[in-house]
Amino acid sequence: MRFVDEYRDGGRARALAARIAALCEPGRHYKFMEVCGGHTHTIYRHGLEDLLPRQVELVHGPGCPVCVIPMGRIDDAVAIAREPGVIMTSFGDLMRVPGGAGSFLDAKARGADVRMVYSPLDALRIARENPGRRVVFMAIGFETTAPSTAVTVLRAAAEGVANFSVFCNHVTIIPAIKAILDSPDLRLDGFLGPGHVSTVIGCRPYGFIARDHGRPLVCAGFEPLDVLQSVHMLLRQLAEGRCEVENQYARVVPWEGNRRALEAIGRTMEPRPHFEWRGLGFISHSALRLREEYAAHDAERIFDLPGVRVADPKACQCGEVLKGAIKPWECKVFGTACTPETPIGTCMVSSEGACAAYYNYGRFTRERVREATRA
Amino acid sequence: MTTEQQVLDRIERARRRAPRVREEHITLAHGAGGKATQTLVEDVFVGAFGNPALEPLDDGAVLELGTSRMVMTTDSYVVSPVFFPGGDIGDLAVNGTVNDLAVSGARPLYLSAGFILEEGFPVEDLRRVTASMSAAALRAGVAIVTGDTKVVQRGKGDGCYVTTTGVGVLDRPAVLGAAHVRPGDAILVSGPVGDHGVTVMLARGELDLAADLVSDTAPLHTLAAALLDALPGEVRMLRDATRGGTATVLNEVARGAGVAMIVHESAVPVRPAVTGACELLGIDPLYVACEGRFVAFVAGDRAETALAALRSHPQGQEAALIGRVEAAPSGLVLLKTAFGGTRIIDLLVGDPLPRIC
Amino acid sequence: MCLGIPGEIVELLPGRGDLATVEVAGVRRPISVGLLGPEGVRPGDWVLVHVGFAMSRIDEAEAAATLALLEGLGRAYADELEALADSDIT
Repeated sequence: MRFVDEYRDGGRARALAARIAALCEPGRHYKFMEVCGGHTHTIYRHGLEDLLPRQVELVHGPGCPVCVIPMGRIDDAVAIAREPGVIMTSFGDLMRVPGGAGSFLDAKARGADVRMVYSPLDALRIARENPGRRVVFMAIGFETTAPSTAVTVLRAAAEGVANFSVFCNHVTIIPAIKAILDSPDLRLDGFLGPGHVSTVIGCRPYGFIARDHGRPLVCAGFEPLDVLQSVHMLLRQLAEGRCEVENQYARVVPWEGNRRALEAIGRTMEPRPHFEWRGLGFISHSALRLREEYAAHDAERIFDLPGVRVADPKACQCGEVLKGAIKPWECKVFGTACTPETPIGTCMVSSEGACAAYYNYGRFTRERVREATRA
Repeated sequence: MTTEQQVLDRIERARRRAPRVREEHITLAHGAGGKATQTLVEDVFVGAFGNPALEPLDDGAVLELGTSRMVMTTDSYVVSPVFFPGGDIGDLAVNGTVNDLAVSGARPLYLSAGFILEEGFPVEDLRRVTASMSAAALRAGVAIVTGDTKVVQRGKGDGCYVTTTGVGVLDRPAVLGAAHVRPGDAILVSGPVGDHGVTVMLARGELDLAADLVSDTAPLHTLAAALLDALPGEVRMLRDATRGGTATVLNEVARGAGVAMIVHESAVPVRPAVTGACELLGIDPLYVACEGRFVAFVAGDRAETALAALRSHPQGQEAALIGRVEAAPSGLVLLKTAFGGTRIIDLLVGDPLPRIC
Repeated sequence: MCLGIPGEIVELLPGRGDLATVEVAGVRRPISVGLLGPEGVRPGDWVLVHVGFAMSRIDEAEAAATLALLEGLGRAYADELEALADSDIT
């Protein structure tokens, strides 16, 4: 595959890994946060940590929309799905994520009509094909995904598809990064910036991270060589005493972002005063809702939502794990009350969450796995 | 202060507990072939039916009848859509059961066919399904000797479901099974993985994706026989990589045999369009179902002979040696990625779901 | 977050709004190219696809530059290894 295979080349990876090791100051430990869940996925999928020196630690950040959605919102969505005549549509990722009262898959098992879609446009098509049903699209995601919801809402309004609505749970990345930077127990040396979010918002909004917080950020692509090169760029900044926003992913990310996509968001959505993030708590202006003009397509206004907040259990320390302050196993409920089968916190919800990954694989140290695979 | 080791020990203890179904209702995950299916089978079914012939939980049960040994297996087919590029539910129902017999080392002989039809299902479609069953049975050299039909009310079925039960006879002395797999064995696949699952996913039309792909549904009895004849006594185990794909087979065998599997990602054959669809949907081809491929475990020093035997058969031309069995870490499947890293390939909880993040 | 895959525009779908057919390793799907700005797209252009939308045009020059840089890092590493081997005085 073009623009994919060449960035998965093992030969180039070894050379780059050696450059990375050479840049590390002896005795210094580096902690970089990959903000985006897509990077976490790349790191696991390609076994990237094997290629990094042990001095470099990657901390998995809050950029997984599925992981950070609060349980109360899932319960609201499930309540909508169970209303008579409703077809709930959702991306596959969210189907298994539990709220306080089960997941979409559970709701489906009890008779709700929940369908998986690849695109919000597919949800709109289902609405057109089922004029007698109320079709709701469960919108999740960061700024990468919000424009597609926005365009779909604009199209529904223009075509007068009255039975189509959106349950808007879009979140924005900058307030979440701010929340992490503002925490007193922060121990990060730099950030791998979310490449695909940046196709929309560009690289400028990250300026404050370097300027006000003294942490470098490299906007990173999603193939394994992209991630390694971005780590290399971060280390070089630190070695040279620079602290900047750099763009490793220039083949896809224009520095200024995508003006049309931002306009589509601006026309249809506005910031919420505050929104709850699983694991991080309430963050001001960190989410989007539909504007009044699109009330006819806003599931939040159309349906009577329970709107009951399900608090993260007190003992849950996902926030600290997300900030890199503690290791998964140091959390009080890890492996006892909180397991992949019965997740309590965001880090255990998705298989790529830091705690789920550690629960499943952590018991095999890198060394043991290396030993087994040598030869 | 709890140490890391104490936490890890606690997890190990929890993992060793007998699996228990926690859900109050059956979900689709229970039928996906992954962890949820395994838990359901071990808790509910083995719990109720447990006996020595059932408990190996292999593809078929080996039964002694007088002086001869036979294998019996059963499988239900609920594929939607009923017709898809490269086949239909009829081929699938015959080939799938023939394959369960073939990978048990048996010569397939007889099949039963049970139909659950939904009120309103076109008779013309049923004729198409039975015609392909008849053709598939002819190709596999089996006779469909008994059957049953039930009709359910409109809306209570998905057109047509088929259940086939097969019996075959074990001509060879060797018995195949996970219990025989040991460190040093070679792991092979009989062809590119994931064609069937991706073809059916695209044929449903919900994803609006199109590709020139056809299902790999095919009877594997002659391919299996070719391999068994080439390596008498040195084939440890065969398993067709259906639901849950190659990754699920590897995991089941790793656990069943108490061994580790080391698989090389770049050695696993995957067609470009299967890779493309999987990239778009964010799923891993190793978890995607095949209906005409098996995974073979053979004595390590016979890997080249096994590969040659498979490749000289028309259905095995794209067979590949994908990895090796190791002693430790027991129960784990490790993938050496093309990039040079290592990743653990675990059982999925349910179906691989398309993802956006 | 945000799975995005490079795909090639193979056909514009006039009369279907801003839709175009994109191809990823032989797999085709109609996607919206409405977010890409007034200059539009042509068959043969490569775009980043996310949930049925083209999010950005892939810049071939930048892609080549990144690869050249990676190539350079690799070469420098190979040179160093060679130098190390040459300096072996045992």
